[in-house]
Amino acid sequence: MKGILKIAYKLLVNDKGKFAALLIGITFATFLMNMVTSMFAGILLKSSSTVINIGAKIWVMDPAVNTVQNSIPMPDYILDAVRSINGVRFAVPLYSGAALVRLRNGVYQSVSILGLDDASLFGRPELMQGHIEDIYSDNAFIVVKDAEFPKLGNPKIGTGFEVNDHTGVIVGIARVTTGGLFGVPTLYTTYSRAVQYLPSTRYTISYILVEPKSTGDVQHIKEQVKSMGYVALTKDEFMQKIANFYKYQTGVGTNILLMTAISFIVGLSISGQTFYTFILENLEKFGALKAIGARGYELVYMILFQTAFTSFIGYGLGIGLSTLLITIAKLRLPSYAAIITYRNLGMAFIMVLVIAGISSYIGVRKVIRIEPFDIFRG
Amino acid sequence: MAGMAVQARELVKSFGEGEAKTFAVRGVSFEAHFGEMLYIEGPSGSGKTTLLSMISGILRPDSGTVVVEDKDIWSLTSDQLADFRLNTVGFVFQDYHLFPRLTTVENVAIPLILKKLEWNESMTQAMRYLEIVGLRDRAQLPPVKLSGGEQQRVAIARAIASQPDILIFDEPTASLDGDTGRKIVDFVKKNILNENRCILIVTHDSRIFEYADRIMRMEDGEIKGVEKGGQ
Repeated sequence: MKGILKIAYKLLVNDKGKFAALLIGITFATFLMNMVTSMFAGILLKSSSTVINIGAKIWVMDPAVNTVQNSIPMPDYILDAVRSINGVRFAVPLYSGAALVRLRNGVYQSVSILGLDDASLFGRPELMQGHIEDIYSDNAFIVVKDAEFPKLGNPKIGTGFEVNDHTGVIVGIARVTTGGLFGVPTLYTTYSRAVQYLPSTRYTISYILVEPKSTGDVQHIKEQVKSMGYVALTKDEFMQKIANFYKYQTGVGTNILLMTAISFIVGLSISGQTFYTFILENLEKFGALKAIGARGYELVYMILFQTAFTSFIGYGLGIGLSTLLITIAKLRLPSYAAIITYRNLGMAFIMVLVIAGISSYIGVRKVIRIEPFDIFRG
Repeated sequence: MAGMAVQARELVKSFGEGEAKTFAVRGVSFEAHFGEMLYIEGPSGSGKTTLLSMISGILRPDSGTVVVEDKDIWSLTSDQLADFRLNTVGFVFQDYHLFPRLTTVENVAIPLILKKLEWNESMTQAMRYLEIVGLRDRAQLPPVKLSGGEQQRVAIARAIASQPDILIFDEPTASLDGDTGRKIVDFVKKNILNENRCILIVTHDSRIFEYADRIMRMEDGEIKGVEKGGQ
């Protein structure tokens, strides 16, 4: 079988024009599919950045919450009630909100503010400059040095600003694992200062962050929270809920699906059409092979090998190209959202296999049907 | 006369159904012998290609038998038929059907590769057959770089590469000028034909009749006569 596959390989790659067209089709389709799904994966990851950066195992919230940014404040007694659930090691409040800050130069800038539990500072970011205890000093805020940091005028420790007619001072510069989605800088402060400085509703707790005593307690905690009329989600569940919101309730998911489908159809059209032409051009030769004594399955193997070979090379080129582009984009734009995941790679691979399968089917059908007698008849 | 290479008995083949049914071959019987160059001659549509296809295990007859090496080839399974075509019959098609994207030697090696020989061994053997047809120096060229006569010789080298008992030529001179056509058939007669091989040639080119041992004339799907060749 090795020899016949070598013949198939030479027939394919020596037809440089068609081989290039086939590769371009598969590469282009893979590139587009991977770019689109990577951008979506990046958006989804950034949409859950607060959940990732805070790192709590369980998040208690109003059942109507869909994203971290759109929290629905809860009354203080819920915090007490959660703390009293068996299996809760500790539970702390988190404030999450948006505000406008006025910089020294008079420019207003939207920011995202996270208020950490005063006692534990649970969820605090890793500091690059400054000391965490300085967060307790007057008007203290910690700024995250991410892609949005320059929007605050590249502040240093001691830089002042105004927020809601209160003075704010940067006491620390921190880094986080994942940048936010909405292109605004992030400030950390204490929970009490956040509710003091920012206009708020009657209730002030955005989320209750829970640490269970053991993973076996998670289910019990969820049930107890549910009985209070709220919902407790694990970190992964909350991220999934946010992802589902963007996928199914914003139209973003539909657009991504459409773009992926279009990429697939474009790739299939180019590859399918080119492979069909390739088979048609060689059809009489395949018929001659049959007449000479090649068995049907040998011809099928030849075609499967040709499509598989082209698909794998095209897939590799497409992934390589999209990786290169994303890497370059990230070097130029630190906030560029795209991220390549194994799931996206797998999905693109499956799509390429489908393209290869359909192209093979077209070829195999033609070759199986060709009768050696047709070669004699001309 | 040497031993019998092919024995065809009462071969019938029709195409179409009902009123459109046409008989291409009507009860043809003949024998071909080893060491013989037998021509099947006749006008277009006389059934000679259909007859050749049935003899070579490509087209199943409606009725009748084709016995080669004491076996009725139409009692074989499709895989056995493929093996029969690979091991017993060599084809030289009218348009040669060489793969333009392969080199000349790779084209010649195809039957050897189909016989599961290793790639390198196939190429070595294919070079020997190219030497027989005088094209060793053209081995690494693609067939499109060769003249019509040279392509014909490559097709012959490919046909004999599997060392078949029966060689089948379909209109071997149709794509060649008269002189080249005669040279090719002369070459085949002198170098390819031997006492263990039978060559069947479908043609209506009277310029090469002088090389035939026998000429079988077909018309309307029937044999109208058999003449001695070489005249």
